[in-house]
Amino acid sequence: MSILINKDTTVIIQGITGREAVNLTREGLDYGTKIVGGVTPGRAGRDVYGVPVYDCVRDITAKQQVDGSIVTVPPRFTRDAVFEAIEAGVKLIVIVTERIPRGEVAQMVELARLRGARIIGPNCLGILSPDEAKMGGLGGPAVNVRRAFKKGPIGVMSRSGGMTTEIANTLSAAGLGQSTAVSIGGDAIIGSTYAELMPLFEADRETRAIVIYSEPGGRMEAELADWVRENKSRLPIVAFMAGRFMDEMPGMRFGHAGTIVEGKADTTVDKIERMKAAGIAVAERIEDIPALVKERLRGH
Amino acid sequence: MRFYEYEAKALFARHGTPLPKGQVARTAAEAQKIAAGIGGPVVLKSQVLTGGRMKAGGVKFADAPADAEAAAKAILALEIKGQKPRGVLVEQRAPVAQEYFAAVTWDGRRKLPVLIFSDMGGIDIEEVAEKHPAHVARAHLSTILPWSAYRAKEAIVAVGVTGDDLNRLIPIVSTLVEVFLRYDLTLAEINPLGKLADGRFLVLDGHVDLEGDARDKHAKLLEELGIGKEETREARPPTAFEIKGAQVDASDHRGVAGNVREFDGDLGLVIGAGGGSLTLFDAIRKHGGRPANYCEIGGNPSVRKACDLTKLILSKPGVKKIAVMMNVVSNTRVDIVARGVIKGCVESGRDPAETIAIFRIPGAWEDDGFTILRKYGVEYCDRTVSMDEAAGRAVAKMARA
Amino acid sequence: MPGMFIDVEVDAKTAGDTALAKKLTEVCPVNIFAQEKDGRLRIVGENLDECVLCDLCVQAAPAGTVRVVKLYER
Repeated sequence: MSILINKDTTVIIQGITGREAVNLTREGLDYGTKIVGGVTPGRAGRDVYGVPVYDCVRDITAKQQVDGSIVTVPPRFTRDAVFEAIEAGVKLIVIVTERIPRGEVAQMVELARLRGARIIGPNCLGILSPDEAKMGGLGGPAVNVRRAFKKGPIGVMSRSGGMTTEIANTLSAAGLGQSTAVSIGGDAIIGSTYAELMPLFEADRETRAIVIYSEPGGRMEAELADWVRENKSRLPIVAFMAGRFMDEMPGMRFGHAGTIVEGKADTTVDKIERMKAAGIAVAERIEDIPALVKERLRGH
Repeated sequence: MRFYEYEAKALFARHGTPLPKGQVARTAAEAQKIAAGIGGPVVLKSQVLTGGRMKAGGVKFADAPADAEAAAKAILALEIKGQKPRGVLVEQRAPVAQEYFAAVTWDGRRKLPVLIFSDMGGIDIEEVAEKHPAHVARAHLSTILPWSAYRAKEAIVAVGVTGDDLNRLIPIVSTLVEVFLRYDLTLAEINPLGKLADGRFLVLDGHVDLEGDARDKHAKLLEELGIGKEETREARPPTAFEIKGAQVDASDHRGVAGNVREFDGDLGLVIGAGGGSLTLFDAIRKHGGRPANYCEIGGNPSVRKACDLTKLILSKPGVKKIAVMMNVVSNTRVDIVARGVIKGCVESGRDPAETIAIFRIPGAWEDDGFTILRKYGVEYCDRTVSMDEAAGRAVAKMARA
Repeated sequence: MPGMFIDVEVDAKTAGDTALAKKLTEVCPVNIFAQEKDGRLRIVGENLDECVLCDLCVQAAPAGTVRVVKLYER
């Protein structure tokens, strides 16, 4: 099983004729994702690797069920594209684009809430359910995906796209496959935080443990710690915290847009403390993650 | 991106928010002239992008223009937390009866902006919230429904303000929200918002932070306020090395080889991507390594870009070797980065085998990449070697260098 | 002059075909090909190492007349 996407999920790509989008299309198709259409205004009638291109999202939703959309258009057009998808009834939207001002991200999130849609990203590599489907660039070409990602019981959530693959690869090498890996995005405000995705993993019977990758900045880790405590989660969680050096360098931005230490709650020390207090194990190195996961799986 | 106080006030002034009479001066003589123009007592404030000005001696009072000149001279010469002042703000000084606080910022958890209002201004708002919760009101704002001033009214009333004060405060606080939303700010704060003896309200100090990713969108405003494109407005100004790093990144639209930060160690780092760089920088330090720089490569940069970044790092005095490391890559290509860093070594007159302490980038096109590295005798490792272990090997080599 | 890592060899006859030269200039994503004033093909030496091994030039020309050489395999 998986969360968010599987073999049957129908997906469209907004901005499909762009350079990166063409890659995403080929990678997705090669991996078995059902990409049923693409949108680039003015390019209707063309196709990208056999995927038909339309002017509007509604041109596709009028014909068939569309479960998800991958949005990869330039930052100044992203809000419009996401609004179009939400209003056309698409319920899962992966925003790949980065450098969108957070005021606009908040608008997308607010509209999605109003319409019962879910946003992953922005500034993310998307979702991957091994041997099922992938939405976004996560893992790269299908041949590389198969090398790093294997099917199994671990849910992965990461604020870094690249580290999602690194962690999946480490887990796979230790015989721990993944149910679904989600690159949740590196911005200060994102559509779905760890805590907001936890209920989905909790409900997925195949998922038996969670691994997260986190960074300085924001309140997402504190929110997860609270969620775990309040909901008595059945899932053990192992976290890796990068950017510990940043605690000594307040006001400097490293890594992703949301990665900055502005106050005590942004520091890795504070986050690690909160997570540990909630029973979340914190790995010192990426390669320590599998043993911690196995240890906690035995305890459950 | 932080604004200086005088820039924040200039932004507020455009929207009719009441401010004390005043102007920013670059020299003591200019300050004297401004003070003479105001007539009467003035306050002089150092224009730096950091808090704690008062404690550091960056705020002074003067009753006569001659005193203002002396005070400005002292302030302009004073560095605060390593920052030289941009200028000195000379403002009319008026007796304040009470201080209020008003701010709009982001609530990351709710993913909405939040208006915070208090009738206990001038001190740390977190402290007020903790000790006197009844004196702090919060109101979350919608980002898609239109803003309406009654929300400001409700927040002000919630801390017990009524009468003429309420009616004078509503437009000031409501305008603050409008400015926040209109310019993609991450912080718009008036603290203190002073009530004068005659009942008028004035913005005594203001803080504005504009979202970095919205700079292009508001280029016209920034230009009008005199904020240069090259000003990063971070905790410290960029070094010459960092500026050159940004130039390398901007030289070519393909991929990223950016966010170069200077440190004083001997091990140059060509690392990526966003999360991978954080992980690797931690690992290098944990193993006792001394990084010469931080950077982020990703998005499949061109050979030229990777080459120029390598050359820049090798040009830094004291850099003995470089470590080239990333997480498992899927978009960035191993062979392209390998070509770039080897070329960078050769063009710097260095032997790649000696100069590259370790190359750990597994993933897309790794077979070609590893062939290139073997040909030049560079030590590399595949995905079976962890990021931490690779960092450890690089540091161990430095000890022998 | 070849690059450090990549060289592109083009048969004399192919290089003289101006229509083909135009096509090669268009297909290469990293601008390794350009045209002389008279339309003949010119190899842009400084871009050779940017080659992404996409093979589009090889496919655009008659079989065997354009060869992309990985110098690091020699």
